[in-house]
Amino acid sequence: MDKIKNFFKRTLSVLKDFGYSLLKGIKKIFSNKKTVTGAVIIVIYVLIAIFGPLIFPYSTETNLKDKYLSPSLAHPFGTDWLGRDVFRQVIDGTGNVLEIAFYSALITVVVGTVFGIVSGYIGGWVDRVIMSVTNIFLSIPSFPVYLLLAALVVIETPISLALMISIFSWAGLCRAIRVQVMSLKERDFIQICKVMHMSKAHIIFKELLPNVFSYIAINFVMAMRNAIVASVGIMLVGLAAYDPTNWGAIMNAARTKGLVNPNNVRILLYPLVAIVIFQVATLMLANGLDETLNPRLKVM
Amino acid sequence: MKKDKDSTKAKSLGKSKFNMTAVGKFFVKYKYFFSKVGVSLITLALSIILLFFLLRQIPGDIVHLYALGLQQRQGINYDRAYELASQLLNYDPNENIFQAFFRYVGGLFRGELGESYLETGVSANSLIKTRLPWTLFISSVALFISFFLGTFIGGYVAQKRQGVANKIASSYIAISGSIPDYLMALLLVIIFAYQLKWFPAQNNYDAFKVTPGFNLPFILNVLYYAFLPILSYTIVQTGNWILQMRGSTIGVLGEDYILAARARGLKDRTIRSKYMRKNALLPLITSLGVSFGALFGGATLMESIFNYPGIGLEISNRVVNKDYMVVQGLIFFSAAMVIFVNLIVDLIYPLVDPRVRRG
Repeated sequence: MDKIKNFFKRTLSVLKDFGYSLLKGIKKIFSNKKTVTGAVIIVIYVLIAIFGPLIFPYSTETNLKDKYLSPSLAHPFGTDWLGRDVFRQVIDGTGNVLEIAFYSALITVVVGTVFGIVSGYIGGWVDRVIMSVTNIFLSIPSFPVYLLLAALVVIETPISLALMISIFSWAGLCRAIRVQVMSLKERDFIQICKVMHMSKAHIIFKELLPNVFSYIAINFVMAMRNAIVASVGIMLVGLAAYDPTNWGAIMNAARTKGLVNPNNVRILLYPLVAIVIFQVATLMLANGLDETLNPRLKVM
Repeated sequence: MKKDKDSTKAKSLGKSKFNMTAVGKFFVKYKYFFSKVGVSLITLALSIILLFFLLRQIPGDIVHLYALGLQQRQGINYDRAYELASQLLNYDPNENIFQAFFRYVGGLFRGELGESYLETGVSANSLIKTRLPWTLFISSVALFISFFLGTFIGGYVAQKRQGVANKIASSYIAISGSIPDYLMALLLVIIFAYQLKWFPAQNNYDAFKVTPGFNLPFILNVLYYAFLPILSYTIVQTGNWILQMRGSTIGVLGEDYILAARARGLKDRTIRSKYMRKNALLPLITSLGVSFGALFGGATLMESIFNYPGIGLEISNRVVNKDYMVVQGLIFFSAAMVIFVNLIVDLIYPLVDPRVRRG
């Protein structure tokens, strides 16, 4: 009986400690103004992506009578050349844009971290092979290859587009993580682990990973930014337009209709502003995290 | 007799040994050089392999279509036309993968980067010849303007970190870094070309007004048409250079020689121009080189928004029109240029910064 009591007591105290440290960590992270602002804006975007289409359902129904209406209460952003509501289009596209960004960042971070740690920790010929592979992706210009791939491979889901973008973006992260791991490897605490014959798994997961974790978190946000730039760019050329309400697709459609018409300019500006606000928010979040998590870099 | 032979043998052995060490010494002395060249060659080879596999994704019937076109134009039978087509395109879907690879690499070594299958007489080579100057013109001018502006502002801001200038620079970096370059271009086109009508929205010069050549009206016209592309490049890139220069300068500011200069009572401006800038610029040389290498691929979206006839516009137009052979040739060219320019930068850098040679 006592044993069980003790066990519960111990687990409870461990949980309590964990909860306190988590709370402390969250408090510390959100004590930075930039982080809070960035995070709030991103949360708003995510909420719009989830609930927006439910509140403001978008219908593809065309209505030539309502062509190019200026903004009003019924149509906050006006209507396009086929009488479709632009506001609802932009809201409908939010989910798609964020999905691509999220998946791409996830793939980039996982692949980049795994190869970066392996390359930096193991070294030797493994390191050389991985480095020469990253060399290719860093020297072939990425955007033309994205275009070529988007034209050759049929892209119908956000995941396939995200995968395509991640082909190039993991290389830079892999290099950065490798450098971090190589410098950590020479530090005393890792050397002591080695002397104590701790397993490689322990060193990598318990010692190295927590130390590069803040770096990974920041790079996750940065990878999201890059994925949005790349995916919207691809769609702006008119490729991979599987979702006509994606912001890139809306802008491309407005652009091909002719920017001489001020109505098209107006339609184009809404997704553009949405992208810029999102990019500013992610940059603020990344910078804020950087300031709180990497106090060494406080020179900026 | 035997002895003699042995002695000659020993002599020759000794001689060859001597030669070997000389060669070895040569390699050891220029180890840095050879390792850099080796790495670049490996990277080039790997990127050729990657592009080759990308090329395998191209639907096989383009050779067939090209052959049909040749058959009609030149009046030869289909088999002959097919052979010619696969030769021109460096691609034959019926071959096995090794044969195809050697055909592809052979084509690249002969300098045939890829024939267009939409237009006769147009190839990646001819496009590079006509389009590259335009791409290099706008992008290198913008690169150097933004580099000089960025390093100047970055150095100034780093020295006065508490001032207003730093805050302005920081917000500029945040905003310019948040607008993707093509959206900046789009905004500028909308404002200056469509709304205010101050600058032309597309093309590189007015073919009706001026004749190409070395005359003043033509040069002025080209500059007039290049203004918006150069401006949008510059706006986007300057922030990045300020950021890099500021970081690098802050690193330099902690050095002893800066402290010594300050102790001697030198003015901030003198310290900046005589001691700080040169040392802070050193690490930026590498990234300047990398950026310069990347210029050869053209800025695909930027050029297609301005409709500026550079390499990037060709790439985006030809991808949309499914002219894949030319596109892969252009991509290969720009990758090769990136690798080549990076190699040159790596080789020059130790001459500029002797610390690398020792390290």
